[in-house]
Amino acid sequence: IASMMASLGKAVSKFTPTSAHVSASLRSLSCSTNKHATKKSKATLGKSGVRNVVLVEGVRTPFLMSGTQYKELMPHDLQREAIKGLLKRTGLPKDSIEYVVIGTVIQESKTANIAREAALGAGISNKTPAHTVTQACISSNQAMTTGLNMIASGQLDCVVAGGVDFMSDVPIRFNRKMRSLMLQMNKTKSTMGMLGHAAKVIGSPVRYFSPELPAIAEFSTDEVMGHSADRLAAAFGITRQAQDEFALRSHSLAKKATEDGNLSDVLEYKVPGVAETVTSDNGIRITPMEKMAKMRPAFIKPHGTITAANSSFLSDGASAVLLMEENKAKAMGFKPKAYLRSYTYMSQDPKDQLLLGPAYTTPTVLEKGGLTLNDIDVFEYHEAFAGQILANLAAMESDYFAQKHMNRQGKVGAPPMDKFNLWGGSLSIGHPFGATGSRLVTTCANRLKAEDGKYALLAACAAGGIGHAMIVERHPDY
Amino acid sequence: MSSLIRTLRHPSLKRHLFLKRHSGERHLSISSLLNGKHMNIDYQDDVAVVRLDKANAKMNTLSTEVMTEFQDIFNEIQRNKSVKAAVLISAKPGNFVAGADIDMLKNAGSAEETTALAKNGQRLFHELENSKKPFVAAINGVALGGGLELTLACQYRIATTDKSTNLGVPEVMLGLLPGAGGTQRLPQLVGVASALDMALTGKNIKAKKAKRMGLVHQLVEPLGPGLVDAQTGTMQYLEKIAVDTARGLANGSVKIPPIKHSQQDRMIAYLLKFGFFENYFFNKMIKGKVMQQTKGLFPAPLLIADVIREGVMNGHDKGYEAEAAGFGKLSQTNESKALIGLYDGQTHCKKNRFGKPAKPAQNIAVLGAGLMGAGIAQVSLDKGYNVTLKDSFSSGLAKGQEQIYKGYNLSAKKKKITTFERDQIVAKLDATLSYDSLKTSDMVIEAVFEDINIKHKVIKETEAVIPEHCIFASNTSALPISDIAKASKRPEKVIGMHYFSPVDKMQLLEIITTDTTSKDTVASAVQVGLKQGKLVIVVKDGPGFYTTRLLAPTLSEVIRMLQEGVGPQKIDKLATSFGFPVGIATLLDEVGIDVAVHVSEYLGGVFGDRFAGGNVQVLKNLVDSGCAGRKTGKGVYVYSDAKAKTRPVNDTATKILKEFAMEPVDAVSSDSDIQLRLISRFVNEAVMCLQEGILDNPLEGDIGAVFGLGFPPHLGGPFRYVDLHGAAPLVEHMRRFEAAYGPAFTPCSLLLEHAKDSSKKFHSS
Repeated sequence: IASMMASLGKAVSKFTPTSAHVSASLRSLSCSTNKHATKKSKATLGKSGVRNVVLVEGVRTPFLMSGTQYKELMPHDLQREAIKGLLKRTGLPKDSIEYVVIGTVIQESKTANIAREAALGAGISNKTPAHTVTQACISSNQAMTTGLNMIASGQLDCVVAGGVDFMSDVPIRFNRKMRSLMLQMNKTKSTMGMLGHAAKVIGSPVRYFSPELPAIAEFSTDEVMGHSADRLAAAFGITRQAQDEFALRSHSLAKKATEDGNLSDVLEYKVPGVAETVTSDNGIRITPMEKMAKMRPAFIKPHGTITAANSSFLSDGASAVLLMEENKAKAMGFKPKAYLRSYTYMSQDPKDQLLLGPAYTTPTVLEKGGLTLNDIDVFEYHEAFAGQILANLAAMESDYFAQKHMNRQGKVGAPPMDKFNLWGGSLSIGHPFGATGSRLVTTCANRLKAEDGKYALLAACAAGGIGHAMIVERHPDY
Repeated sequence: MSSLIRTLRHPSLKRHLFLKRHSGERHLSISSLLNGKHMNIDYQDDVAVVRLDKANAKMNTLSTEVMTEFQDIFNEIQRNKSVKAAVLISAKPGNFVAGADIDMLKNAGSAEETTALAKNGQRLFHELENSKKPFVAAINGVALGGGLELTLACQYRIATTDKSTNLGVPEVMLGLLPGAGGTQRLPQLVGVASALDMALTGKNIKAKKAKRMGLVHQLVEPLGPGLVDAQTGTMQYLEKIAVDTARGLANGSVKIPPIKHSQQDRMIAYLLKFGFFENYFFNKMIKGKVMQQTKGLFPAPLLIADVIREGVMNGHDKGYEAEAAGFGKLSQTNESKALIGLYDGQTHCKKNRFGKPAKPAQNIAVLGAGLMGAGIAQVSLDKGYNVTLKDSFSSGLAKGQEQIYKGYNLSAKKKKITTFERDQIVAKLDATLSYDSLKTSDMVIEAVFEDINIKHKVIKETEAVIPEHCIFASNTSALPISDIAKASKRPEKVIGMHYFSPVDKMQLLEIITTDTTSKDTVASAVQVGLKQGKLVIVVKDGPGFYTTRLLAPTLSEVIRMLQEGVGPQKIDKLATSFGFPVGIATLLDEVGIDVAVHVSEYLGGVFGDRFAGGNVQVLKNLVDSGCAGRKTGKGVYVYSDAKAKTRPVNDTATKILKEFAMEPVDAVSSDSDIQLRLISRFVNEAVMCLQEGILDNPLEGDIGAVFGLGFPPHLGGPFRYVDLHGAAPLVEHMRRFEAAYGPAFTPCSLLLEHAKDSSKKFHSS
């Protein structure tokens, strides 16, 4: 047997890896930018008789780790600053805004329609209506497509969209037992009755005072997202090392983009009570591979692969974009950055494919736009977990998965890494749930110019097993 | 040396090279695979992965052959210097090892032989336990009995949290004890109290609970689909984690966590040092409870307690000795044979002997939202059926909907399903007052009032709406199906589906076929029953079918006894001490005295003297005075206090019984004769059903009697009872009773044949 082993060993040394999903992660550290000279040769996706919706400008507050400089604020403060910044940067007259749509996930009950509170606070006319949408991590994507639809259908010409989330303070409730007692107390008139209620609470304080936290687990499956992501990574054979490498790539690229001044969408924010003006994201940090390798798994123990270092962190921040009908924008003297083109929302099994949205939506949105993967110059994907991104890429590279689960002839392929999230992503920049979508759209537009491309594709996953993707086309004036 | 080792050295050994992914690093590794008959061994660098895959079997079980092969592989792993650790895993999805091979036990003809089997298992597992090279058991699916004992001898256990993963020692349910070290290793691992709980109840333990108890060291969550399907992916993931862990154990980077017992177990372990507590604990607390629950009719749990006590108090050597001896002893008991017979019967009744239906039912409609109708809808809803529940009145419908919700809410409270799953399941119910929803039905099950005219009306109304292929099933407990079918335009689609109350708890479904019922209709009905999780018996149509027919003479005998002045409490006590789960007098109240009147009159009319006994008028008078059983709050007993432990006898009943008092016949009125009078009429009628062809086979007869009517399980059912305890003595007793009471006790001809020739058996094994 021993001699047999030795001969096997020789054979092994000749072996070279061919597996596509492995090579995808092998390429993950390369980040050279290809300059595309193809801009002019690509046709516009505009259709006659359909109103063009353009992105005039997009901004965001710096994204901060929760519990840092923003911690004394309320969520609408951040959204207000984002809208204020957008108005200031564009010089748009406040009364020309016809509508405001904002996405958010964790809702502060005092500002249930946070869009309205932020708009009023930012000085937008009280004659401008506003509403709030929620769709987990793609809430601001939903806000933007809502605005896009309003404009494309000819209802309006000028909409502000955006999103916010604030994890430094979350609504922690009394439990149902206590709430029900409190509601009864409202109706109780007699002293004896009140004493009766009080006696109940004193009798079993733990039962009445144990609080209810905002749900972190998926309601339908009772599984925490990180747990599902860890299983997803395992199902696609994504190693711990590949995840750590991808996280390092994200942080390195974000750091470089910040230093190079590419993140021009970031506003400055003088936070009351904080001495220094906040000017940049504070979650970007380069952690050496050896140090990352030592971290313990955060969800599945002891053999899980997802750690705090290769996941996005709890963040505070807000973003805003100005969407207009193209001719209106031009008439007002704006130079639009990009067209918002085809988009799609799709959803899958919230248990086993919770975060696989991009794998499903990418090929679909390409087909809708009449494009192929090769036509896309800029890819911007929301990075929830390094393992989740790599699992999505592996799924897109798998014929088995395409045939079995996506009802396709074969794989469509994964985006090349040299066009992928070149300015960092949610892992490094931060991920205030409701704010990320607008950041992706703005980054697409800004990168299209910086990299001289024509089309960008953004994709994101969201709780509930929902995915979103959109094609962004660079505007000729930009 | 076995053939496997020869294979091992054979030059044409299969070679596999593949790229493996380890956490944190990627490297090329060597893997070589060789196949044995029941398992294969895959060397992954320094870890040997043993994949159990019993030949020609759906499930892995431990037979002599499998054990021998495992011994060879074990020896080879010990011998091979390049192997540092090993993983035990199953190649069969949803099943690790389901236990010992039952045929092997059946074929062992003596206590000595089965003791030797146990000792052989003990010895092998002992070697495994003492292996210097760590063995990691990677469990997905069931690890039961010998299968769990195999893992207990491993140094480390990893289990998936898949729904199919269940751990337990269910030997007690077969009248046996865990004979391969289970009684000795479990107390050590999980503590005495938890070990006793597992061994005495035989219950299945889910992976998460097993982790909490210390039964497994590590959990693995099942994966969804990825680059391969979910099941394959999960098994690969489990194996990879097990291999990494085995390697870690061998090189010291993974430590086996220390054993930590529950507080209760630690307290008991401390107290057991005191002799008085030892006696109190094992005799009073454990055996006392067993006696209370089993009336001492099952020898296995008592012996399990003794064997565990022996090991805990007097050391493992004595414990193992007692375990092997106890296993041998129990294997030869009638109780064990009866219980294994029931196991075989259950296996038989989980198969569809009529094959696959041409068009499997998808849409099921239940007519009547009463207790039965709602119950039938409930057991169908979570099995993938679209269920319509139709009633004529909205109040009745609401009651049915509430019953269904409560059923699933209880499952959610017990954490069997999540509240979300509860809501999803309940949302699938189409509750309606209209026949319109039946337009797309594949099967209609009616559970309306037991009145032939109403049934006829319903069948006509239904057939006006349902599609051509739709089956009409009647849930009736006594009305002949051929009579019901008379109103049908398509009698080949009419069948009986007799459910038992409460439907969600009672495992039995009795399917009744008429001469005109088509085979495809039967196949479809059986398939629905099996999907609903029922044990299905299929019988021919006839008065009372099978189960109701058995019940009638038994109840008739109870009335006679009551008239003879035997108190209901005494009848109940004699019945339960004989092994019936519910006293027969109580059963009368549960069934409903009005129902009993209906059944007695009808079947008495058909079968004449053989069904004679007590005076039906007793029951009629009871019903007339408002005492129709539990549902009316009064019957033989009074049901005023739901929580009361002992129920008072109903004075009205006592008064009526006095009016109809009869002189008891002293020669046949001893306690044991009272029991035999009940059982002999029951058994005789069962045998007669087989004789007349109502029953297809004795296995279904036993299952029907035990799971539908509560026939004492330790006797294995009427047919197993006759096989094990002899027809001759039974016939002898019946002749005595016949002398006292006449033809009610005349043994049927088939029973007489068995009495004449003791080599004749109903069951071949």
